[in-house]
Amino acid sequence: MNLTLKIWRQNSGKEQGQLVTYPVKDISPDMSFLEMFDVLNEQLVSKNESPIVFDHDCREGICGMCSMVINGRAHGPKTGITTCQLHMRSFKDGDTIVVEPWRAQAFPVIKDLTVDRTAFERIQSKGGFVSVNTGTAQDANCLPIPKDDADASFNAAACIGCGACVATCKNASAMLFVAAKVSQFALLPQGKIEATARVKNMVAQMDLEGFGSCTNTGACEIECPKGISLENIARMNREYLVANCKD
Amino acid sequence: MSNTSPNFLTSSIGKKFLMGLTGLFLISFLVVHVLINACIYFNDGGVTFNMAAHFMANNIIIRVVEVGLFLGIILHVVQALILTLQNGKARPQKYAVQNSAVSSKWYSRSMGLLGTLLLMFLIVHLANFWVPTKIAVFKGEEHNTFESLKTVFANPIIVAVYLLGLVSLFYHLLHGFQSAFQTFGLNHKKYTPAIKACGFWYAVLITLLFASMPITLYLGLIK
Repeated sequence: MNLTLKIWRQNSGKEQGQLVTYPVKDISPDMSFLEMFDVLNEQLVSKNESPIVFDHDCREGICGMCSMVINGRAHGPKTGITTCQLHMRSFKDGDTIVVEPWRAQAFPVIKDLTVDRTAFERIQSKGGFVSVNTGTAQDANCLPIPKDDADASFNAAACIGCGACVATCKNASAMLFVAAKVSQFALLPQGKIEATARVKNMVAQMDLEGFGSCTNTGACEIECPKGISLENIARMNREYLVANCKD
Repeated sequence: MSNTSPNFLTSSIGKKFLMGLTGLFLISFLVVHVLINACIYFNDGGVTFNMAAHFMANNIIIRVVEVGLFLGIILHVVQALILTLQNGKARPQKYAVQNSAVSSKWYSRSMGLLGTLLLMFLIVHLANFWVPTKIAVFKGEEHNTFESLKTVFANPIIVAVYLLGLVSLFYHLLHGFQSAFQTFGLNHKKYTPAIKACGFWYAVLITLLFASMPITLYLGLIK
């Protein structure tokens, strides 16, 4: 496959960036999108040009590192996958592909397609945990938890924190991420103990980081590679209201 | 885990709650408004309609509720402005290419624009009917609202403006109605489809009923 890539190049957060056009030739349709970037970077290095910086780690769709907006969609044209799981067969020979970083005030560009997502870490550190020593594993049925709750909690916990929700949202809102993190604990007895402080502190940090607010367009849910649903945002809103009524 | 949270109402979720609450309040107002207007369909030369209009313009309880209504509108608009500005700041650098259509409806992304059009329409609407009624009440005169309806809607440009205003209202309601429930945390696999259906039919019925009024008056079907 021969393609024309228009890729966002930006030396640092302090400098202006722009889209730079790179033609690539003889790309195998079985390559992943990131492998295609590897090929391009090999070519750039051999020409003594600086390679394109992009985040990647596991390349099996579970770490949440890869983060590209491809032709105006977070993680590209397919739903339910991360960029690393996107293959070149999803494109046609001769296509022009525009690749941009996640765009949000709270995710400043570090270089090229890499953005600083430590805002998510700071939100997590405000309550995305249970602060007791768990000790060794308990007996399986020691705490009876309804299967539906356990499943819903697990589905929320499937969030890999990639930030596609923020990248997609017209308001660059992090509500889906925070809602997933709040929900995974809110549904379980271990998480209920600190539920009030958790939701209040995490939402406060989310607001501090400069993410936008939710307008319920539902775009995040569609583009989330892990299929985190809007139900989680509703649950967080409930939790937040209840928490504020309590104290 | 210590609690370091600021005020509920100044938080992003709190602001959304206010948007939803004021929005639903305005939605409930529209029901009253459309029912009063529908009195023209008695087609009795505006007798019933004028009685209803007189009651709405002079009853003391309605007067108090009216103040609440204006406060509701102002709160809804001011919160929307604050949220829109904040949301704009959250993405200073826009995308060169953004394929939004695949993941959300255009009207859900255009609530600010639709709301602005509605506000402009509201100003025209108040100038057409609310202001003359107030002047009449102030002067202690009897205002024939039905006659002013006929006069205003004899102008095809005004009729067109009203119909455009109602198109904005339709799409604003289409997203707003169900969005408010999601904001309040009411998302349920059994009830959310029902809420969405209610929102859709509410938007359709309210818009069609309102739209029928300038049209029938313009065509002279209501005498």
